[in-house]
Amino acid sequence: MLNTPSNIKFINYFKIFNLLSALLILFSIISIIYKGLNFGIDFKGGTLIELRVESSEIRINDIRSSFLKMNLGDVSVKKFGEENDYLVKFENTGQKSKIENIKNELLNDLGNNFSFRRVENVGPKVSKELLRSGLIAICLSLSAMLFYIWIRFEWQFSLGAIIALIHDVIITMGFFSVLEFEINLSIVAALLTIVGYSMNDTVVIFDRVRENLRKYSSKDINEISNLSINETLSRTIITSSTTLFALLSIFFFGGEILNGFSFAMILGVIFGTYSSIFIANPILIFLKVNQDSFLKNK
Amino acid sequence: MLYFSKLKILFIYVVILFLSYFSISNFLYEGFKPFNKEINLGLDLQGGSYLLLEVDTSPIVLQKIQTKFTSIKKFFRENDIKFSNIKIQDRSIYFEIEEISKDKFISEFTKKKDNQINTYFEKYKEFEFLYEIDENEVLISFSKFGIIEIKNVSIVQSLEIVRRRIDELGTNEPNILIRGNERILVELPGLDDPTRVKNLLGKTANLTFRFITDVDSSDFGSEKMLFEDSGEEAIVSKRIVLSGDNLIDAQPRMDTQTNQTVVTFTMDRLGAKKFGRATTKGVGKRLAIILDNKIISAPVIREPIVGGNGQISGNFTFQSATDLALLLRSGALPAPLSIIEERTVGPDLGKDSIDAGTIALIIGFSLVIIFMFIKYRTFGLIANFALIVNLFLLAGVLTIFEATLTLPGIAGIILTVGMAVDANVLIYERIKEEMKIEKNNIIAFDSGYRKAQTAVLDANITTLIAATILFFLGSGPVKGFAITLGIGIITTLFSVYYFARHLTSFYVLKNKDKEISI
Repeated sequence: MLNTPSNIKFINYFKIFNLLSALLILFSIISIIYKGLNFGIDFKGGTLIELRVESSEIRINDIRSSFLKMNLGDVSVKKFGEENDYLVKFENTGQKSKIENIKNELLNDLGNNFSFRRVENVGPKVSKELLRSGLIAICLSLSAMLFYIWIRFEWQFSLGAIIALIHDVIITMGFFSVLEFEINLSIVAALLTIVGYSMNDTVVIFDRVRENLRKYSSKDINEISNLSINETLSRTIITSSTTLFALLSIFFFGGEILNGFSFAMILGVIFGTYSSIFIANPILIFLKVNQDSFLKNK
Repeated sequence: MLYFSKLKILFIYVVILFLSYFSISNFLYEGFKPFNKEINLGLDLQGGSYLLLEVDTSPIVLQKIQTKFTSIKKFFRENDIKFSNIKIQDRSIYFEIEEISKDKFISEFTKKKDNQINTYFEKYKEFEFLYEIDENEVLISFSKFGIIEIKNVSIVQSLEIVRRRIDELGTNEPNILIRGNERILVELPGLDDPTRVKNLLGKTANLTFRFITDVDSSDFGSEKMLFEDSGEEAIVSKRIVLSGDNLIDAQPRMDTQTNQTVVTFTMDRLGAKKFGRATTKGVGKRLAIILDNKIISAPVIREPIVGGNGQISGNFTFQSATDLALLLRSGALPAPLSIIEERTVGPDLGKDSIDAGTIALIIGFSLVIIFMFIKYRTFGLIANFALIVNLFLLAGVLTIFEATLTLPGIAGIILTVGMAVDANVLIYERIKEEMKIEKNNIIAFDSGYRKAQTAVLDANITTLIAATILFFLGSGPVKGFAITLGIGIITTLFSVYYFARHLTSFYVLKNKDKEISI
């Protein structure tokens, strides 16, 4: 299939997929508003301890009850990756919860059978700042993309690309909301990379649309859009495959810490590829892009 | 696009060899390296502690206002400005001014740039103090830049003290930096339990020696204080006999007579003189040794201490005596520090992360290479060569800049592997299209490269924009991701547009009359 030029009537599916996207976005927004996002300590503040126990005697309930005794407020204990690894999280309480005190309490309850593999504590001031700079980073990258495409193409292209990007970001966040996956600093990094990747994909198709608009003066945008998608389709598929190969290997072999990051990226690459075809292009058609859109340039 | 001059080919290989050399040098033993450059491992990979400290400047502002209070009164008297009812209110100075002095006050205090009391900051074009005047009531307070200046000064002082304390601990290559104007970032590679460092940095270490008085605490000259360990109360004079500033050395010792751990200290000449005088007069009295508003101990002075040496006893363990001595040697912080962010990674987790990252890289890399070979055969091999060269270039650039590699950074490299072939895919797919309408191989390849160029550039610049923003706004490990992703894009463009194109051109020119399948 990848070796023969494809001739799929993409435009026939635009309506149905646009409807699907609209529904997905709606669900995502509803979920984000009502169910909320599971912010990690980076953005909510609090303490995280990655704990490894060396004895199989110790069960998750032992750890949980030991932590509950310490009056740390809302404590969550979860399994994390390997068999005997646990992730403990609790919010910042008024009094300074000292890590050494926690260690001593655990020594009493569990004996000398555990080690702290990772300890993170983020104060309320810092977490607010991190959230703010994360949001700024995402908005800034979206506007930088908008601006870049506007300069390189025309405003219609810029609008189409940006709507596709927002679509990808919202749906990825929606998945995180529904699945209750944690949003932390690396997820923001993933979202920014998704913005870059999705843009990359859209630009390649747009580049071809522009070229074909100049080449075929008699074809209308429906035809041109369809032709351009088909001409670039094998590249679209190959590149998203190799990128997905890389991401899947991070997801499965890169360790527990990179799980959320690679999951977000996998979603982003899938939706980014999809949106370049089924969101960005219909917008060009909707905005009635035609040969005249470029006449003033060349 | 297929023609390369000899000079250009030489240039391509020189760049590749040069950077590959740097990337390989990471794996050489110390003695074999002509350049001492290496990729640094981030704290998440090598294990260690990251602490973000914030200086609480509000006590300093209050203290500064108190010192200004006296000098402002003096300044007014010298300049014949009539005032009354002067007092410190919140963090401002309040007073009432007489009508005749108003103009003089405004001109002397707030207009003259070279006045003695209200510093004019040339760089901000602003005075240290602002004033509000309402009828005859005046309120003087620090201007925005006055506060900034205080913060700037105290952050530099704090940094110095933090550095001394950490250096005394002898940790491995600590990294201590100022962030903004009220924060200090401390990175301690290899440290998996920062409890002791946190305890040491959490103390202001303000040491004073003051006499215990029996006068009632309602007296202005004295105040109530608690003993550190017993919690008992004592009334101490506000007059400071000696402060920590006058110490030049402090050491933990074992007192052979009492078998107790003590801290001995040596005073500077001025301190020794003051201390000698005070202890001569105060024989028989109790001298309280106060650290951060808590009394450590209050021994009775049996004889004058004039030699400039003294010792502090208390309920010390050897560890706590060592820490106190360390704090006294390195000096007091100008303001309390609080730890507002802490991230510690144990060395075994770091090692596990490196292992997992390496495995993911090898698997991701192999998948991409196999896929490209199956898809494009000969040209797949070329793309794969370019990909390998790309990795060497990337590692080389990271080495030259001595960049820090983090776990997300490794993810950035793996992602680069997945996305790097895109440029070659774009070009190859374009060449395929061109070959359908153009029978001449050279022309087809040439126009394929030419026509794919804008798409390749646009596609990579967009990712580069995202990486740049992430670099400036991201923190810690995420920054490491932005670095590898960003540099990866640049090395990708080089390896595809110079190296792979050169190999392609070599192959096409050799087989220009044969049928080439792509």
